[in-house]
Parts: sequence; C-alpha cells; structure tokens
Amino acid sequence: MSLQKPLMRGLLSKRLKFHTPIAFSLALLVALGFKYIVAEPRKKAYADFYKQYDPVKEYAAMREAGVFQSVRPVGK
Amino acid sequence: MLATRALRLVGKRAISTSACLSGGHGVAKVEAYTLPHYSDRQDNPLPDIRYVQNLSPEQQSLKEKEMGSWSTLSNEEKIALYRISFKQSFAEMNSGSSDWKTVVGGIFFFLGLTGLLVFWQRKFVYGPVPHTFEPEFKAKELQRMLDMRMNPVEGLASKWDYENKEWKK
Repeated sequence: MSLQKPLMRGLLSKRLKFHTPIAFSLALLVALGFKYIVAEPRKKAYADFYKQYDPVKEYAAMREAGVFQSVRPVGK
Repeated sequence: MLATRALRLVGKRAISTSACLSGGHGVAKVEAYTLPHYSDRQDNPLPDIRYVQNLSPEQQSLKEKEMGSWSTLSNEEKIALYRISFKQSFAEMNSGSSDWKTVVGGIFFFLGLTGLLVFWQRKFVYGPVPHTFEPEFKAKELQRMLDMRMNPVEGLASKWDYENKEWKK
C-alpha cells in the first residue's frame, strides 16, 4: 500500500490565495449594494422631500393640531 | 519522572534497602497522572507511550518480527502493529457523531418548556397592563405623532396623506 505523500507546506498561503480575492469581491459587492439600494434612495428621498417643503404651512398645521407648548392654536 | 528513572537505574531491591535505611518512609508513591499517558489527539499525533502496554505473547512475537525487515510483514500484521501503538486512527478520532441531534432536540424541548412557563407567568402572575395600552389611548398617541410630523421624510408621517386624512396607498 503506497499512499501519496500529503501536502506538508504552504497550506496557509494556498488558502489565502483562494479566499482573499473572494473576500475582497464579496466585500465590494456588499458595499456597492448598500450604496445603491440604501444610500442613494435615502438621499433622493430627502432631496425630494425638501424640494416641496413649505415650513410656514407645516408650522401652521402643527400649531392648529395643538402640539406646541409655546403657541396655542389660532382660535381664542 | 525522576522517581521512575531512579528506580530503573538502581534496581528495586537496592531502593528498598536504601529506603529502609533513610528512616522507613521510602520513595513517594508514583501517581498515575505523573507518568506519560496516551491520548488520541489531532495536534499530538505521536503520543508519549504505546496504547497497549502489556503485550500478549502473539503481540510480543510480532514486535520481534518488526525488528527485522518490514517487507516480510503482511498487511494484517502491519495493521496489528498499528493497533498496538494506537487506539484510534485519525479517521476514527476525527469522525463526527450524532450527538448534535440530541443537543438540538434538547434545546428545542427546553425552549418549548420555557415558553409554556412564560405564558403561565404572564397569565397568572403579572397584573394588568397600564391604561396607556388601551386602543383608544394608542389611537390618540398615533394622532399626536402624526400631528407633530414625526419622521416626515421616510418614516411614520411620510406614510400619512394629510389632505385626505388617511394612510397613503
């Protein structure tokens, strides 16, 4: 019975050569995915919201609803 | 270690006489845990001692044969020599077991039991929740949150249609 001599050296470097490109590309993929699925839509949502934001109108509506402590609704 | 070496060099009879001479207490008893021991370990492939310490006559004759040329040994004899020196092969010692099934089953069982206990506790030990959990109170809370425009960009108030006074479709 003659078995082949098993691999004795270079085990870590072999593993690293295999796994490092995979690790880097997966990390890159996750980062890009997050950017385009989460970050960009969020930036767009904020931009769109503030394009048509009228603070005076919103303030009047909130005052009417009675959520402020410093000003009461317009009615006496 | 020193005690065993001393015993081997001087011989048992000489030790006992010198022990008697030195006051009757003699050499301390050699504890088993101080001697080299055998263990099947992946990170220690060649243990300190053979597995089988007391060889039977066939095993002894096999060991004599091992002194000569190994090409005269048959495969069964080689395996027998291996089994004298080692208890489990690497394949045997590294093989998995079915223990995980028992462990996982036990985990689920105790999780379920704990769930029953928690449910009983909630029903029979704890008193009623505060009045702030009533549906009318919660509705008033939600209305106030919408009034003060909480999270108007991506959150709660962004989902409410203020013109039509209903949730956005």
